[in-house]
Amino acid sequence: MNYINYIIPLWISDNSYCTLKLLEKILSKKNDRKLDGDKIFKMGATLAGCFVLIVIVLLVFQLITQSYPIWEEEGLSFIIGTDWNAADGRESFGALPYIVGTLVTSALAMAIGVPLSIGIAMFISDAPKKIGAPLGFLVELLAAVPSIIYGLWGLYVFRGFFMNIIEKPLYNTFGDSIWLFSGTPFGLDIFTASIILAIMIIPTVSSVAREVMKAVPQQQKEAAYMLGATKWEMFKLAIFPYSKTGLIGASILGLGRAVGETMAVTMLIGNATGLNAIPESLFDPSQTMSSIIANEFVEASPAGLHLPALIAVALILLGIAMVINIIAHLLVTRMLKVKEGAVNS
Amino acid sequence: MNNIEKRQEYRALFKQNVQKRLIVDKIVRIIIISCVIAAIIPLGSILLEVFKNGIAAISMEFITQVPGSVGSGTGGVGPAIQGTLIVVGLASLMGVPIGVLSGIFLSEFGDNRLARSVRFFNDVFMEFPSIVLGIFAFLVIVLVLGHFSVWAGAFALALIMFPIIARTTEESLKMVPVTYREAGMALGLRKWVVTMRIVIAAAKEGMVTGIMLSVARIGGETAPLIMTILGSSLFFANMNTPMDALPLRIWRLSMLPYESAQLQGWGAALVLIFIILGINLGLRTLVLHKKETMEILKTLKEKIGGRK
Repeated sequence: MNYINYIIPLWISDNSYCTLKLLEKILSKKNDRKLDGDKIFKMGATLAGCFVLIVIVLLVFQLITQSYPIWEEEGLSFIIGTDWNAADGRESFGALPYIVGTLVTSALAMAIGVPLSIGIAMFISDAPKKIGAPLGFLVELLAAVPSIIYGLWGLYVFRGFFMNIIEKPLYNTFGDSIWLFSGTPFGLDIFTASIILAIMIIPTVSSVAREVMKAVPQQQKEAAYMLGATKWEMFKLAIFPYSKTGLIGASILGLGRAVGETMAVTMLIGNATGLNAIPESLFDPSQTMSSIIANEFVEASPAGLHLPALIAVALILLGIAMVINIIAHLLVTRMLKVKEGAVNS
Repeated sequence: MNNIEKRQEYRALFKQNVQKRLIVDKIVRIIIISCVIAAIIPLGSILLEVFKNGIAAISMEFITQVPGSVGSGTGGVGPAIQGTLIVVGLASLMGVPIGVLSGIFLSEFGDNRLARSVRFFNDVFMEFPSIVLGIFAFLVIVLVLGHFSVWAGAFALALIMFPIIARTTEESLKMVPVTYREAGMALGLRKWVVTMRIVIAAAKEGMVTGIMLSVARIGGETAPLIMTILGSSLFFANMNTPMDALPLRIWRLSMLPYESAQLQGWGAALVLIFIILGINLGLRTLVLHKKETMEILKTLKEKIGGRK
């Protein structure tokens, strides 16, 4: 008889879903004894959902335990050391050059790629749909091209072009006076690698930046136009202040991409090791964390310290990438106010 | 008198100001258009060069034969094509169920703290450097088994794949109107039946799109394959031997100093880009008229992006 208490609100409520939940509650009392398909289903889905958490924990755990020998051997000097010698008996590893290489190439790529991407996002967000949509699609296509093909193109096409058209003239005019342009303009250096990286982060940054700019309320733009703003002034007055956080997040997301990028960089950065890998000018070969792993991982023997050293490099890389991405996600989601939560229940 | 003079003065100032602002606006417009052009040129150049150089290498022999001796320029990339298909297929077998189920969890049971953290870490995991995932597969499979194996490669690729699928599935399921679920419930169906039969049927297109996009994405991955399937020049023998894949083959070829290797590299790149862009473009033309799918694609573009 106490069902009455449930049924009365059932009639009052016009929210059909609410009533469903109540009905479910009532009926589930009867079905408790049966093997519950729903429970199994929910458990399976929850398990699959937790898979990502399990993998992350296991991943970090594995990287830490497997790189433990090198931390024991070198301690903190692994991070600040610059020598890299895998020969038996003279083993000595320091990851600083590769950390510097990664940070320098990523920073350069950001400096080139982010303004370009924001320009593209401005164009697409403001263009009529007929131009904007296909253009957006073309930029997305840049993301579909695999990294290895960027590398191949960079190695055989872009490198020669870039070396002759840009690097050599720069070297000839500024080589003696500005340290940035000293070195040998050979094409396999941080400059080329950074430019390829910049091209590769364009789709990421520009598509997020576009979404962020679209999230600016129409009234803001109209108000700016009403004050007599030109298009550029509208961007300056209405869009940039409003979407600042999201744009920064988009750039940081691009930075995360750039830091983890492997193949194209490996093919173009010149693969120096040890002290040589700290770039002294734009035309110096270097090495990033991911490229040293790609280059040496297979040859490293698990018995010595070489493999633990590479795994430790991977751990550092993962740490940097994770921090960058977490910051970026927090910034972007705050800006887009992504509606989280499930559909129901 | 004084009044009129002042007015003219102001008018002149106003004109000057407007002109200046319009010029600045023009300059910015030109800069922005050149930004767009600067991004389109590399894309055009890449596609053009791959096609132009690759087409010369393509032949029946190139697609079906094992690689010839180093530098001879004979043979082909048969094992690499086969390897890519096998590894990607296996990775899909592992990654798709986990990804779809995890997407269902996020969308249908996703209103609690656990789901929120899963959603967040899913997004973060999506951006993990793929080479680190390769090392993880190496540590838990290759080191344990003691030899390079196809499983390890497929596992690494599945790790790249499943967060993308989870996210796509979640987005597509969320697009299904709540009324569909209510109608199912009203018929007295259990929740899992409603989800599997009604919701998934309605969200099928978006989910398939996401799955295919993730397949295209892992098809071009190189870094995690280096330390898992290693590369070889023989056809598939069994799961516990090294195997070749197209991106790996391109990488090895690019390190050789011979002209013929370069040509073969372009050929392999053409095959790879044909597979990947084929999946991408095919999907888009297939689903272009479906508004819902385009919506999902739009929300996912920023999430999926390209390689790492």
